[in-house]
Amino acid sequence: MDYIKEKINDFFKYRFLLYNLISREIKVKYRRSILGILWSVLNPLFTMIVISMVFSRIFRFNVENFNVYFLTGSVIFSFMSDATTSSISSIIGSGALIKKVYMPKYIFPLEKTTFALVNLGFSLIAVLIVILFSSVKVGFSALLFTVPILYCYVFSLGISLALAALTVRFRDIQHLYSVIVTTWMYLTPVIYPASAIEGKLFKVMKFNPMYYYVTYFREVIMYNHVPDFNFNLICIGFSLSSLIIGTIIFKKKQKTFILYI
Amino acid sequence: MQNAIEVKNVTIKFNMAKEKVDSIKEYILKFIKKQLFFEEFTALNNVSFDVKKGEVFGIIGLNGCGKSTILKIISGIYSPSKGSVKVNGSIAPLIELGAGFDMDLTARENIYLNGSVLGYSKNYIDSKFDEIVDFTELHQFIDVPMKNYSSGMVARIGFAIATITDPDILIVDEILSVGDFLFQQKCEQRINELMKNGTTILIVSHSIDQIKRLCNRVMWLKAGQVVKIGETQEICNEYSHTTK
Repeated sequence: MDYIKEKINDFFKYRFLLYNLISREIKVKYRRSILGILWSVLNPLFTMIVISMVFSRIFRFNVENFNVYFLTGSVIFSFMSDATTSSISSIIGSGALIKKVYMPKYIFPLEKTTFALVNLGFSLIAVLIVILFSSVKVGFSALLFTVPILYCYVFSLGISLALAALTVRFRDIQHLYSVIVTTWMYLTPVIYPASAIEGKLFKVMKFNPMYYYVTYFREVIMYNHVPDFNFNLICIGFSLSSLIIGTIIFKKKQKTFILYI
Repeated sequence: MQNAIEVKNVTIKFNMAKEKVDSIKEYILKFIKKQLFFEEFTALNNVSFDVKKGEVFGIIGLNGCGKSTILKIISGIYSPSKGSVKVNGSIAPLIELGAGFDMDLTARENIYLNGSVLGYSKNYIDSKFDEIVDFTELHQFIDVPMKNYSSGMVARIGFAIATITDPDILIVDEILSVGDFLFQQKCEQRINELMKNGTTILIVSHSIDQIKRLCNRVMWLKAGQVVKIGETQEICNEYSHTTK
């Protein structure tokens, strides 16, 4: 019990550091760009325009409001992929700091994941704009949009912790992971409707946590429908197991970080 | 009197890979060839010492004898392979000044960033901000990105932030060699001030004069082992004789 208490105290002591690291990242990212933070809104908008031009002219899927459909899926998936991809090198990248001062090391993947969450916040403005120009009827259930985001945040944090810890020892992971993320995106109904997948492949999708988070987000925003209890249970299950496994791996490895960075 | 720092039988070993094994393929190959874990380097071997509260304790020795390693173990950056370290009270490490400065940010932003790296809260830095800036004497440059600073100016900011608290234990690693002589005097003054307030101080230095001037007791390290611990004068004299 004392151990947990100590860890919580530690976290509170360093929460200002977390805040500072995030604000530094925002400042450095947009310093000297004229549009600044507006890019976080414009980027998903531009991607959506390109994708929807490609997919409404060349490949046709029978999806109503394709723009909104794509954008809702894409912002959630990009959130996860940004969070984990930037976390991978978070420990290695902070090597200079870790070698000189003591601080809880999980703060670095936590910072990257949270920074991705801040960016997601800006991307949601893009979603809102596109919804206003579409025929989607937004209902009260849309107010629950934070629930799938929270699930996805916890899930991403777990993955980030595990990846950041393992990459310190094996740098191959950062190269391999970019392939994995691309594959993962095509296994998640971001561009195509879930109904386009049939048979065995659909069974694979049942094991894809991102399928649930993306679907949840769309259900509440586009279809004014709140997923049932079981669906929530599956989401929580994925999120918590990811967090627990990630924490265990990180905790086991963190003492040896200093030897490899 | 209670001890501020108790170091018991500390041994630390590093895997001294001639080339770092960074990929899975290499790892597996070396594992099969049994080349892994071969070269172990013992940086510290069975080191024990106590530092009393309020004492100024010096560590001397040649390059690579483990001085900085022991400081890093005490500040919690390394964990020892064997043995234990007990620290009573808060530590302000002056191991490398300005760890975590982001040169793209201004000095003002860096003071907050570095302060939070050391575990200070926002309110605390707010209340001490003017004092920090006064100490550095860099008022007109405070909103300039730090990449435009000279190394002496960076060191000033680093020292000012790190010593702004009244820590229970101050760890100083060879940092007083930066800055001009006036600033060095100022740093020593600040350290003297802390000493008067009862702060325990641990100093690593190559300047025997400085050690003689400041320390109560001294530990002499050689190749990761303790040669002697004792009175400053005695140890320093012996140390300078053997090295000649």
